[in-house]
Amino acid sequence: MKDNVRNIQGWLLFAPAAILLLAFTHYPTVTTFFQSLYTNKSIIRPRRFSGIEAYESMFSDPIFWKVFVNNMWLALGTIPTSIGIAIIMALIVNKAIPGRGFLRMAYFTPTMLPMIAVANIWLFFYAPDIGLIDKVLDIFGFEGNNWLGNPSTVLPSIIVMTVWKEAGFFMVFYLAGLQTISPELEEASKLEGSSRWNYFWRIQFPLLLPTTLFVLINAFLNSFKLVDHLFVLTKGGPDNASNLILYYIYETAFSFLDISYASALTIFLLVLLALTALAQFFFLDRRTHYR
Amino acid sequence: MTYRNRIQTSVELIGAYILAGFWILPLLYAFWAAFHSSSDAMHFDIFSPLTLDNFREAWSQAPFARFSLNTFLLVSFILPGQLLISTLAAYAFVRFKFTGANVAFALVLVQLMITPEILIVQNYVTLSKLSLVDTISGMGLPYIASAFCIFLLRQAFKSIPKELEDAAELEGCGTMSILWKVYVPLATPTYIAFSLVSVSHHWNNFLWPLIISNSVETRPLTVGLGIFAAPESGVEWSILSAATLMSVAPLLIAFLIFQKQFVQSFMQAGIK
Amino acid sequence: MKKMFTKISYCLTVALGITMFSSAAIAKTELTMYYPIAVGGKLTQAVDSIVADFMAENPDIEVNAIYAGNYDDTRIKALAALESGKPAQLSVMFSIDVHELRELDAIVPFDDVVSTAEEKAWLNSFYPSLMENGIAAGKTWGIPFQRSTIVMYYNKDAYREAGLDPETPPATWGGLIAAAKALTKDDGSQWGLMIPSTGYPYWMFGALAMQNGQTLMTSGDKTNFDHPDVVEALEVWKAMGSEHKIMPEGTIEWGTLRQNFLEGKTAMMWHSTGNLTTVKKNADFDFGVAMLPAGKRRGTPTGGGNFYIFKDTTAEERDASMKLIKFMTAPENSAAWSVATGYMGVSPDAYETDTLSSYVAEFPPAAVARDQLAYATAEFSTYQTSRVKKGLNDAIQAALVGSKTPKEALSEAQAAAERILKPYR
Repeated sequence: MKDNVRNIQGWLLFAPAAILLLAFTHYPTVTTFFQSLYTNKSIIRPRRFSGIEAYESMFSDPIFWKVFVNNMWLALGTIPTSIGIAIIMALIVNKAIPGRGFLRMAYFTPTMLPMIAVANIWLFFYAPDIGLIDKVLDIFGFEGNNWLGNPSTVLPSIIVMTVWKEAGFFMVFYLAGLQTISPELEEASKLEGSSRWNYFWRIQFPLLLPTTLFVLINAFLNSFKLVDHLFVLTKGGPDNASNLILYYIYETAFSFLDISYASALTIFLLVLLALTALAQFFFLDRRTHYR
Repeated sequence: MTYRNRIQTSVELIGAYILAGFWILPLLYAFWAAFHSSSDAMHFDIFSPLTLDNFREAWSQAPFARFSLNTFLLVSFILPGQLLISTLAAYAFVRFKFTGANVAFALVLVQLMITPEILIVQNYVTLSKLSLVDTISGMGLPYIASAFCIFLLRQAFKSIPKELEDAAELEGCGTMSILWKVYVPLATPTYIAFSLVSVSHHWNNFLWPLIISNSVETRPLTVGLGIFAAPESGVEWSILSAATLMSVAPLLIAFLIFQKQFVQSFMQAGIK
Repeated sequence: MKKMFTKISYCLTVALGITMFSSAAIAKTELTMYYPIAVGGKLTQAVDSIVADFMAENPDIEVNAIYAGNYDDTRIKALAALESGKPAQLSVMFSIDVHELRELDAIVPFDDVVSTAEEKAWLNSFYPSLMENGIAAGKTWGIPFQRSTIVMYYNKDAYREAGLDPETPPATWGGLIAAAKALTKDDGSQWGLMIPSTGYPYWMFGALAMQNGQTLMTSGDKTNFDHPDVVEALEVWKAMGSEHKIMPEGTIEWGTLRQNFLEGKTAMMWHSTGNLTTVKKNADFDFGVAMLPAGKRRGTPTGGGNFYIFKDTTAEERDASMKLIKFMTAPENSAAWSVATGYMGVSPDAYETDTLSSYVAEFPPAAVARDQLAYATAEFSTYQTSRVKKGLNDAIQAALVGSKTPKEALSEAQAAAERILKPYR
């Protein structure tokens, strides 16, 4: 009897969250899938069931492959770099050195800025000839470059900007991780005459592996969600050199009004993210067992 | 410390400061440019006269005051909603073994990965069916159920010893008062931590608010700044810097004052 | 008894009066309108002030004019508003959106809204070239408001410095390249010419194609990208950077172009006439404006935004919208708008007003866009314009950055456009 009451109470407590989650996560996922199976409605051509046609066009769409590859490059470029810098930052800030508070603020502040503001600031840095970077290069006698207008430099430019924004964020996770490492380990290694680099590579880094994996997966997921800067910097150009999946979905849905294709693209993105999440569960679970 | 060690430490210290310098430079430049005229800013005339003109221009070209209000309203709508709904849900998961709880929790965790922005097209359709497009509540609604918050609170509640609940029950507290009197107060650090993370995130959110807000009355700061910076009109750098500063100021100032708390919050969230 | 009767009738009259008065007050027609800005200047203020004047003259109409970003943003917002519960009644949107809007059944043709003979005459009072983009299926769907052509701004001081005559800007492609070569400095501090290739590259390309004798589309359902003359036009554009070295190679940013010109980074620029007033205000050098040079002939696409009335509107809303549109495009207001921005007056009558005729007399560059109408063509517009346009934009950028040859890029774009447009034939 009491069990039943507990049951109902439990569900009632969970209900509000359940309703909202269903409405904005699970239901749209299902509807998106169905939308991808039909063509769009228009008064000139009627709507019809198209099955996997949208997916066929997707896989034969050169722009789709371009944005997919771009997302991969972006992930490859931003994640290891920002993690590396984040670890260095965490190591720095973890010590009792003078001005530590200032350093921590300097490293973390970019994270507090919205990406759109970050893009505005860096837009000026990257402006050809009149921008900050080209002017500085000019002083040293180097040629300026059309950073955002050149297909070969646009992604690296965006990567630099993204690393600038994200490294401080990951630094914090590493700080948390570092603080769980007992200081005795450091003393012990010093006593043994082991170098700092050794201590880091042999002891700290392995102990930080769970943090690293967590950050890795998070960063990977984030790299798909963050497209704000494209609105201000390049709109995906030149010739889709900086276009990303989510931005392409936005364009397809809201600019081309092609709901069917946008849905197919979304399903692809969801599958990609789901596979990543599964990977996270596998690896992270294994690691925590080791601990 | 040996001589060699001393050099190493100094070199590291200098390195740390150089890194910090690079890191703070962009924001510092935007700050400096906002107070100088556009041509001075572009020619790096360091000692050129300060001016507030850029702020006046930016202020007159777009209603930043209204945008700030909108962002503030948005965040004030989202955060309490998140805290309330997640508290109830976490409580359910921790203390009520209701049938299907495990499946339900797994489904909750799905949202950690599939955030509302990804399902942007369908969520837009849902909101338009509810006639909530171009409303602040519409902008916030998809985020009110936060898997992350539920997850954090579940961890926090789990760590509260059952004896406390038993004791409260003995004193004649009902289910809900146990929640408010025992669990919530003890999970305060988690609430604070999550609040700071959530406020930062939603203050800076762009894509979803871009789609949902049409008019000035709903447009938040980020979208206002994005439209303001529309590449076509070729807004000048100094005015753009001023506008950018005005947009980031509230959150940034709050951060600079409560630095420690912010960092701690993000750390806490990370550990979990 | 009589007294009571009088009292009651008195009360009833008052009550009736109040109801009528308040319903008259309630019967204010509310119009929501979205509009874009794609050029520099405090245009939101200019729009707000014209709208305020209108509301002063028409106290029974309440207008909410919302700035929505660039042309794409505005279309997205206006259409989104239609889908949601808070539709707009009219909007200023890209002149080229007409086919898409028709396909969505979102707009009404003006032929159905005008009733009196006077209004029908009003439909014919605008410049025909400006009406071209707004006409489809034999009806008029858009009324010109903020219209432009591309013009060539040039730095007269730089001309003098390079030994060129500032009063005779180049009139042919050959002349243009020669002048630009003379103006390009070896140390890279000044380029001869900049033609923007982000933002609206297809628009700039429409000019080059026209100057070589071709339009980019032959109808709403057929594009002309791979015509040899069109390919040649793209090759000429590319050569300006790669061979003649008169402009930077790669893409040139639309948003920073005006500043580049004002800073002296480039001696000439092709840009919308809508930037004229901002350039005039901010240039600290002597500058001139010329028509675009001729290849086989002179040419430029028209550009800018038209007024559209949405289908989902009541008769009163349409009436009110017509009043607003007539007001904002009336010769005097069009003239004031032209002076404030650089956009063209939309009708010959606008140029007859004192405002514009005296302005043009003292500042000849203001007439260049109008004079160029003689050589103008419609802006690129087809069904599913956004998607087809993107293919063209990508092709232009690919050719300019060198990742594809002009011929390859345009052939691919043409093939893609064919796939999209075939179902419409």
